[in-house]
Amino acid sequence: MFLRPLMLAAALACSTAGLAHAQAADNTLRFAYNQTLESPNPYFTTLRLGVIVGRNAWDTLIARDNDSGEFSPLLATEWIWADDTTLDLTLREGVTFHDGSDFDADDVVATLTYAADPANGIVSQQIASWIASVEKTGPLSVRIKAKAPTPAAMEYLSTQLAIFPAGYFTGPQGATSAPLPVGTGPYKFDSYAPGGELLLSRFEGYFADSPKTGAKIDKVSIRIVPDIQTQLADLMSGGVDLIMGLPRDQADQLSQMPGVQVVSGETMRIVFLQMNTTDTGQEALKDKRVRQAINHAIDRKSISENLVGQGSTVINAICFQDQFGCTQDVTSYDYDPEKAKALLAEAGVSGLTVSLAAYRERHISEAIINYLAEAGITAQLQFMQPAAMRDAMRAHQVDMMQNAWGAYSMFDASATAPVYFGAQPDDNNLDPELKTIFDQAGATMDAEQRKALYAQGFEKIAAEAYAVPMFTLPVQYAGAEGLSFQTYPDEILRFWEMSWQ
Amino acid sequence: MLIYILKRLGLALIVALTVSVIAFALLRASGDIATALAGEGATPESIAVIRQTYGLDRPVVVQYFAWLWDVARGDFGQSFFFRTDVAGLIFGKIGNTLILGGASLAIALALSIPLGVLAAIYSGSMIDRAVTMFSLLGQALPSFFLGLALIMIFAIRLRWFPASGTDGWRNFVLPAVTLGYYITPPFMRLVRAGMIDALNTDYVRTARAKGLPARRVVFKHALRNALVPVVGLVAVQLGLLMGGSVVVESIFALDGLGYLAYQSISYRDFPVLQAVVLLLSLAYVVLTLLSDIINAWLDPRLRAA
Repeated sequence: MFLRPLMLAAALACSTAGLAHAQAADNTLRFAYNQTLESPNPYFTTLRLGVIVGRNAWDTLIARDNDSGEFSPLLATEWIWADDTTLDLTLREGVTFHDGSDFDADDVVATLTYAADPANGIVSQQIASWIASVEKTGPLSVRIKAKAPTPAAMEYLSTQLAIFPAGYFTGPQGATSAPLPVGTGPYKFDSYAPGGELLLSRFEGYFADSPKTGAKIDKVSIRIVPDIQTQLADLMSGGVDLIMGLPRDQADQLSQMPGVQVVSGETMRIVFLQMNTTDTGQEALKDKRVRQAINHAIDRKSISENLVGQGSTVINAICFQDQFGCTQDVTSYDYDPEKAKALLAEAGVSGLTVSLAAYRERHISEAIINYLAEAGITAQLQFMQPAAMRDAMRAHQVDMMQNAWGAYSMFDASATAPVYFGAQPDDNNLDPELKTIFDQAGATMDAEQRKALYAQGFEKIAAEAYAVPMFTLPVQYAGAEGLSFQTYPDEILRFWEMSWQ
Repeated sequence: MLIYILKRLGLALIVALTVSVIAFALLRASGDIATALAGEGATPESIAVIRQTYGLDRPVVVQYFAWLWDVARGDFGQSFFFRTDVAGLIFGKIGNTLILGGASLAIALALSIPLGVLAAIYSGSMIDRAVTMFSLLGQALPSFFLGLALIMIFAIRLRWFPASGTDGWRNFVLPAVTLGYYITPPFMRLVRAGMIDALNTDYVRTARAKGLPARRVVFKHALRNALVPVVGLVAVQLGLLMGGSVVVESIFALDGLGYLAYQSISYRDFPVLQAVVLLLSLAYVVLTLLSDIINAWLDPRLRAA
């Protein structure tokens, strides 16, 4: 398969012509993505593309300011927590759906009630499972009752709980009689073919007071092109204007080309190594000194700089810096192979062999294996499909796991820490103290108290060396010359902000 | 002849059923489908809901026979991934694959017949060797390599054809050339061998002795007979084209059945994959059957075998 990058290099070298910008002339953006969208409905997809389409074609009740991190009005203009489990919202007047119907409290009640019912099978149950009931308190006001105090509720309401018109859903699994999906967002659906092209156009009736207002591009065509070389060829021949998720080496080559702009954007996806300290794991990993030795053995900075590249930041805690409750001010372990060897000797461990499961970024796995080998640890790589790795992780069948966690694009530590350290299925340490800390953090509405609890939890994970925090993963974007676009850590493309220059 | 056809039909059905059982078993052995469908970070509750919704909690044998019973009634079920009717999904994409298959076959025949004739007429010469080399190259080049090379030249450099998509006829040119060139060698070899045999037959010698023009001897007398086995091969190669379209459609992002198969493998979309495998195996089996029948019709000795 080494032929393919070689061919790409040749293609880059032989292409000297500038890009055709017919798309700029007709004010269209053509975006290619490598994974098929299973559903255009954001409640029934876990793909990044689904989140991107969801954010552009729908609105949530609340928005989240990218810079300040503060919540701001969107479909709701005001909200107040009447108590720890009761949220009262006032809805915006004058908003219309893409099908021309008016937005009101019935739509919010219908959508959230539908999402909260497990029988309807939305794919990320946790985003709505906290909702006990939603009631209409007026034509433009609703009351949401939570089952228990849910500090992450605002995060769910501002990122994932998109509002559909009442009556849109006719049954479970997103069943509908509507020919095309309907939202209130800045772009509306023109056409959609499963596995084929998705065409959006600017919604002229979009409400003026929205933070997402001012869309300049008339049409957005989204095509699935699974092969990255074909995507690059499309970009270079003017067939598409924007692609994302380029491998670093190809992004580097492409950045030398005239007529193409390559942008490396940091994301909130973090890479870390979990260590299994349960009864089924390698016995030596139960010894804190061995786990500390593994932390000291790996040069995270070097891998981040040399293998991952621009946009990657080394982390000390298992969370993304902008997430609420995340702190990187915890015990950290410098790269020190001699200290690693000394710790292993102190623990009386020699010739240690561990299994290492991974499902992506194999080159990082290989680097980790080499660093561990230098410290005298043999890591046997089990590279597998994500689902197979999850099965193995949840059955506690492997010693170490290389994870790349995107936290559902949620800027709240509750989407990260409890998943891997709060006795949830992916937890491979099952530390009762950590479970208590994260349970408390997930049940208190007091912001300062939550921060303190998360800080305590992250410090405990670091001090116990339960994991090796590695770095954030950047995403490489490539766009045609003249396309103005900005990237964000949540990897969501805001089409309404883009324009042709 | 009827008994022969019935025998072959029975065998064809057994082959199709065996393929479906193997595909079913392999897919199940590749891991928990419910976990895969649930996506990243899914809770056990979500996975349990999916397992129950799609009937994945039933024994595998029960699932297989339930599927087979539904298929027998024309119901291919719902796609796990797209959450839509599998038959509708396939119906919406099979047209592109048939266009690609037809165009590829046309290209393969347009290349192989003249080249095969040329190689036979100048058998053993430099022309013969050059044609054989050209044909060998087609078989040796992986389709992804040829596909990308064509993209490089005709999409990036010359900008004659788009690199991907399904917008119009121009989108089919590069994939059809890639796939057509891949199946050219067997046709070319068959035409060459048939022509060499035909050119050495008594009736060709007689035609030449009668003073008929060389072009008429070659194309009317020799080629017509040399093409008979090619007809049988066309049927088999069509089946191969359907299978080969998986790689080519994926490279060129052509929205067809092969691309759908690729997607359904990636996402373990069991009902779609199972339906596509059944359809492709049926196509292959039916086309092979047709080829057998044509051959038996042409050669009565085969009917007795």
